[in-house]
Amino acid sequence: MELHQLTVHEAAALLQSGAISARALTDAQLVRLRALQPDVKAYLHVAEKQARRQAEEADEVLSAARRDGVLVSPLTGVPLGIKDVLSLAGQPTTCGSRLLKGYMPPYTATAVEKLAREHAIFLGKTNTDEFAMGSSTENSAYFTTHNPWDLTRVPGGSSGGSAAAVAAGMAIAALGTDTGGSVRQPAALCGVVGLKPSYGRVSRYGLVAFGSSLDQVGTLTKDVTDAALLLKVIAGHDPHDSTSLDVPVPDYRQALNPDVRGVRIGVPKEYFVDGMQPAVEKAVREAIAQLARMGAEVEEISLPNTEYALPVYYLIAPAEASANLARFDGIRYGQLVETGNMWKNFRETRGQGFGPEVKRRIMLGTYALSAGYYDAYYLKAGQVRTMIKADFERAFADVDVIITPTTPKTAFKIGERIDDPLSMYLGDIFTLSVNLAGLCGLSLPCGFDENKLPIGMQILGPSLGEEKILHVAYAYEQATTWHRQRPDI
Amino acid sequence: MGLTIQEVEHIAELAKLRLTAEEKTRYREQLSAILDYANCLQAVDTTGIPQTATVLPLKNVMREDKQQPSLPPDVALANAQEKENGFFRVPPILDE
Amino acid sequence: MEYEVIIGMEVHAQLLTESKMFCSCSADYADAPPNTHVCPVCLALPGALPVINKAAVEATILAGLALHSDIAETAVFARKNYHYPDLPKGYQISQYELPLCLHGHVDIQDDNGQPKRIRIERAHLEEDTGKLVHMGDHSLVDLNRAGVPLLEIVTEADIRSATEAYNYLTKLRTLLRYAGVSTADMEKGAMRCEANISVRPVGQKEFGTKVEVKNLNSFRAVRNAIDYEVKRHIQVLESGGQIKQVTMGWNEAAGHTFVQRSKEEANDYRYFPEPDLPPLQVSQAWIDEIAQRLPELPDAKAERFAAQYRLQPADVMFLTSEQDIANWYEAAVALYPQPKTVAAWFTGELIGIAREKGVTFKEGNVTPAGLVSILQLIDTGKINRNTGKAVLAEMFANGESAERIVVNHGWAQVSDDAALAGIIERLLAHHPGEVAKYRGGKKGLMGWFMGQVMRETQGKANPDVVRKLLQETLERGA
Repeated sequence: MELHQLTVHEAAALLQSGAISARALTDAQLVRLRALQPDVKAYLHVAEKQARRQAEEADEVLSAARRDGVLVSPLTGVPLGIKDVLSLAGQPTTCGSRLLKGYMPPYTATAVEKLAREHAIFLGKTNTDEFAMGSSTENSAYFTTHNPWDLTRVPGGSSGGSAAAVAAGMAIAALGTDTGGSVRQPAALCGVVGLKPSYGRVSRYGLVAFGSSLDQVGTLTKDVTDAALLLKVIAGHDPHDSTSLDVPVPDYRQALNPDVRGVRIGVPKEYFVDGMQPAVEKAVREAIAQLARMGAEVEEISLPNTEYALPVYYLIAPAEASANLARFDGIRYGQLVETGNMWKNFRETRGQGFGPEVKRRIMLGTYALSAGYYDAYYLKAGQVRTMIKADFERAFADVDVIITPTTPKTAFKIGERIDDPLSMYLGDIFTLSVNLAGLCGLSLPCGFDENKLPIGMQILGPSLGEEKILHVAYAYEQATTWHRQRPDI
Repeated sequence: MGLTIQEVEHIAELAKLRLTAEEKTRYREQLSAILDYANCLQAVDTTGIPQTATVLPLKNVMREDKQQPSLPPDVALANAQEKENGFFRVPPILDE
Repeated sequence: MEYEVIIGMEVHAQLLTESKMFCSCSADYADAPPNTHVCPVCLALPGALPVINKAAVEATILAGLALHSDIAETAVFARKNYHYPDLPKGYQISQYELPLCLHGHVDIQDDNGQPKRIRIERAHLEEDTGKLVHMGDHSLVDLNRAGVPLLEIVTEADIRSATEAYNYLTKLRTLLRYAGVSTADMEKGAMRCEANISVRPVGQKEFGTKVEVKNLNSFRAVRNAIDYEVKRHIQVLESGGQIKQVTMGWNEAAGHTFVQRSKEEANDYRYFPEPDLPPLQVSQAWIDEIAQRLPELPDAKAERFAAQYRLQPADVMFLTSEQDIANWYEAAVALYPQPKTVAAWFTGELIGIAREKGVTFKEGNVTPAGLVSILQLIDTGKINRNTGKAVLAEMFANGESAERIVVNHGWAQVSDDAALAGIIERLLAHHPGEVAKYRGGKKGLMGWFMGQVMRETQGKANPDVVRKLLQETLERGA
């Protein structure tokens, strides 16, 4: 096996036994990254020197640990990709935006800092739709990332750079962020595992805010075990984030049990819709049947307000975004358009600095909050959000996890949906509700379509139910081989 | 329900976004379509249902009133394009 | 026509905390070089998040209690959205639908000295903006002040004159200082004021069109700006004109208001609940705990001073105007239980000395025990009243004990009969004419003889003894 194909837990075993060095692994990753970057374009910034320096430090930690016979974190010496909406001191953080070209943050996001403390290695910053707004990376101001399974197709988004990097072996694993599916949808489209933790499980400090009540840092990994390992490190309370939950972090590896006998699985009828790609429905239904054969109890459930998730999401997220993106005025950071007039500076810096999708959402959100429309749009959406959340609370009274397709269709062609925002938004219908309700969700590979494009199955759990979804995902993964398939690139 | 160009301009001004004429036309169409779609919410009976602004049941998350070091001045201003004697520099703020 | 003036006031007071409202930077920005009290949070760097300062919340509750407000069970922070170069996030975190304090009141005096209640609509917690320095062709932004906790106090439209507005502000300052939540120092920008002013013919039900006057940075400015606006409104109305709804500023030097913003449409702040901050839930137990920190408030103290010490209203008002003054006074009375004498020396002499020097009485070196020791020297005849005043001035300046000052200056009163008798005999011998006139019935000359003796003794003679000896000597010879 080649080094770039390793999972985190495989790499950890080799690193800790001394079979390979962090430096060798990092060098191999950088070679692979450089070779594929022109085709895949997963990274916005590659930090070769820093990565090598981190690798040398990690090797010292690893050799000291071997010498002293102590255990180190499985992340020690493991090269990762970091989505470019996460602040990382010493590397540019552009959020895929022209407005933030050249911005160097003086501080590091808590989730990234926690990985740094474990001596993980940061290869660079991965591509994203501008400010995480999009489902394809086509909204990146710099370039579109290409799907390693078919370079003419999108990798999904907004964490498309991270998903493509992991799928293509350009990182052992990666961090993404998920506001309405931005970890799970690209994971599905790139054939990797994407975990969105419950709202409040991981600190948002240093995650450049898009929808503050929806955003969460997530992981993109080659298998479920890696998701458990990474979550263990990044989860937990942070005094810098008042919405991070102050509850203990379990050892998620303990949840990785192949036995699903007696586990109750709900399958919501509203998630198998007209217009879905038949191969997707077939693969997900077959995966559910497989779990039933393994002893899980499967029942059909109803989440009656599912159809409202999309309009609710596309009012609340833009409303929050319209305020979150107000700080980008070119005064303290960012690309300033100097006009000699303060008000013109505001309008031109923002008008020229933001791309079309970001401006569209700022406009939409501003409208939804403006005088005379607040009640009809923002407030109404918040009320229906309560109903959507209640749907899930009712469902989770009866079932342990809920299984749905992650996306209605597999990866689409680059350019196919770019001029039709509504059709782009419709691709997110299965992932949005989880963010609106603050739940956890995971996407993992469950098959391929007729074009050999990966299909993702989504497993949803209640708030702080990460162990449940990791359990079911792990059991399925152990019983299948989808996750071992890698694009031929 | 469709937005007017004047409404588009008003929103753009609130959001401090300079839009080209072409952008105004396009956003008018696209936002109208999205809002049209969102209007399905108006049919939902939400009488007596509270708004969810955040999903967590948290209350009173506070810190103690303790001072901690601030950023060094050169770091605080490092990313600013226009600065002067430790200040951020902006053009005159004229009434419009 | 008779007109009625309708005024509502919005006051912003900085809360006295060590750190800022939502981050741990120092809140003491006064003398700091620009942008040295800033961090990712108050610079609004991408990804930074606010965390609530507990002391600011408690200070707001404390102020709310001092304003006799209801403290909300649930309070929610909200984002107030607008763009300005001194507002780094592009929104201000404030409280909107659910503020911490509602429905309070402040009792003041109206123009005729009659009691009047000004209702408080709400008081809420928010963050200050940065500071702009205007340089003509450009401006400079300093964010040290950005994020300093601010208490906004909004009255109902209950104020009816510039004097009432002035009285309200001074009373509010007293209350905030008593509660210990703010220096409420207008001159230093720790308290800032806006007035919403309208005028209507007496008897008219509807309010007149209001103007908002911002940036009133001194008590004088508040009074002058309101007087100016009221006169302007009446002139416009009398000449058949109409008041336009505008935001105005006050030019203190020129003594007139000027239009700052004339846009017809109101600002659309697009308030919505702050998703980064969970709500505040204030239990009765928490309120009770905070209430224990509340001292006796000025109204209750004034009532007690009037009853307990039987003081004149003017003295009561002064002695309860600041907690330090009241405490000082009561400490002195505890040592010297003659409240009126202490009040007279404190309000008359001590404050007079301080005023002459242009400082506050606390900046001098007179302690309550110090004043009492002077009063005791007077009582025992060691010094006279006038010398007592001189001793007080010395004590104020250098802090020495009364006894030492008297000794050092040789100010001890001369009560020694023999010494004084000698002086008097010599005096009478030198002025036979005056003696003859006195003995001839011109008794008014006693004052002149007294003055001569006092001058001879440099004021140290005990006037009672002098008078007695003079009378004896003069009568004896008659």
